[in-house]
Amino acid sequence: MTANSLRGRVALIGVGETTYYKHGQSPDAEFKLALKAILAACADAGIDARSIDGFSSYANDRSDPSRLAAALGLPQLRVALMQWGGGGGGCAAAVANGAAAIAAGLTECVVVFRSLAQGQHGRFGQAASGGTVSGDMAYQMPYGVLAPPQKFAMRVRRYMHEHGIRQEALRAIALASYHHAQANPRAVMYGKPLDAERYDASRWIVEPFHLYDCCMENDGAAAVILVAAERAKDFPQKPVYLLGAATGSDHRAGAQPHNAPLYAGASFTTVARDLYRMAGVHAADVGVVQSYENFTGGVLMALAEHGLFQPDEANEFLTMENLTAPSGRLPLNTSGGNLAECYMHGFELVLEAVRQVRGTSTSQAARNDVALVVGGPMVTPVSSLLLGSEATL
Amino acid sequence: MSAHDPHYLPTYLPAGLPVPVPEADGLSAPYWEGLRRNELLAQHCEHCGTWQFGPEWICHACHRFDPAWSPIAPRGIIYSWERVWHPSHASLRGHGPYLVVLVELPQAGNIRMLGNLLGDPLQEVRIGAAVEGVFEHHPDSDPPYSLLQWKTTS
Repeated sequence: MTANSLRGRVALIGVGETTYYKHGQSPDAEFKLALKAILAACADAGIDARSIDGFSSYANDRSDPSRLAAALGLPQLRVALMQWGGGGGGCAAAVANGAAAIAAGLTECVVVFRSLAQGQHGRFGQAASGGTVSGDMAYQMPYGVLAPPQKFAMRVRRYMHEHGIRQEALRAIALASYHHAQANPRAVMYGKPLDAERYDASRWIVEPFHLYDCCMENDGAAAVILVAAERAKDFPQKPVYLLGAATGSDHRAGAQPHNAPLYAGASFTTVARDLYRMAGVHAADVGVVQSYENFTGGVLMALAEHGLFQPDEANEFLTMENLTAPSGRLPLNTSGGNLAECYMHGFELVLEAVRQVRGTSTSQAARNDVALVVGGPMVTPVSSLLLGSEATL
Repeated sequence: MSAHDPHYLPTYLPAGLPVPVPEADGLSAPYWEGLRRNELLAQHCEHCGTWQFGPEWICHACHRFDPAWSPIAPRGIIYSWERVWHPSHASLRGHGPYLVVLVELPQAGNIRMLGNLLGDPLQEVRIGAAVEGVFEHHPDSDPPYSLLQWKTTS
């Protein structure tokens, strides 16, 4: 381990979330949801919320750290961190940034969180009406490329073309999330199973995405508490450690519109390399993965870019048998993820990875010492995390 | 389809989508102005020959500022495509599926541009197929603007 690494230096000691709602159905204001999730994470960690001295978030979260610190009566606010750009691509980066601030001595106890009440603040999936548009979206919206499904389908179509990937590979990703959600009472789709016939019969949103290839839109909030690893055993939960983190994107990923050199991809080629290097583990060591499903096709590309299978093996690898807990080769999205637990812009995936390493998931993987979290694919910057048990340090 | 057809539209998609305009700093103004006079322009660095689209204030290859704009024959090949069924905008409700293609321009450094693929929205689309541009003018919009659409060439 080198001094300029986060490997083993920060622990995730508490997780908490609100009830997860369909979009527009939260009875609580967005800021109140954030407060509830933070207090739930503190309760799980066994700490008083007044121990928090730092906040970290992403995707331009509206729950402002100074207001949170005032509302919670914190004696001191040290860091207020926001990952630029990339929407849900920042869900792992927000943890990385909080951890880096702890490792650098800027702060002692960071809460990383995401809060969303789309009924109060508008949805990702619908474009505003009328008016004029400039910049990147001016090259897209007049042609009907308005919202994320239309922005990302062509990347996936190209990837499927280059590697001969069939629709069934995308379907397996959707079915795995729904399968795991049936064991998770927190999941919005708990009690609402999906099978192959229903997937096939569902309407197209944008080819090659059926309805069930697309994430939900939800209200809720989720939070994770970070402290320095030396303190991990002072708290009641089984310690979970950050093994590695990486963020960014490859060469000119941000070349607009749709001009990224590696167009048929999820933006992780450099990030995954950095991630494994910091963590000192290989793809084969990953026992369970939470991978952000804005769309199933993004999961397909992101998993391949993390070396979990070769692109040309995708049809064989991506099956229900391989992707489901407890004993599939690579249990995927074991809480139901963005498709079926809650679209908390991926932050529910971080909580689930912690639960996997603790051994307390509702769909526990047999191999849980090393858990991978992959942030929102196909955007820039993206981010990923590797979490590990004490045995991996 | 003709002007007497009750479903006739003078443009590929119904009116009401956001109107493209240059940024406040004018970066893309030459592109949008070119389309209005049936001319496709992209940045072409005079120093190193790199083509660049969308535009930027600097050439990404050699870091010279203000790359020049050059005309390009509006021909290309389909790099990727999508058929959109779900309306993500009020003006598209009830319109039915439509096709979007991402077109690569080999004669201009393989820069890519989006457009609609004219013709039957249920047609089979083939990656690698040759397409040529069709300028689509919206003179009655406020402000007026033009788009570049694509059709397959056999």
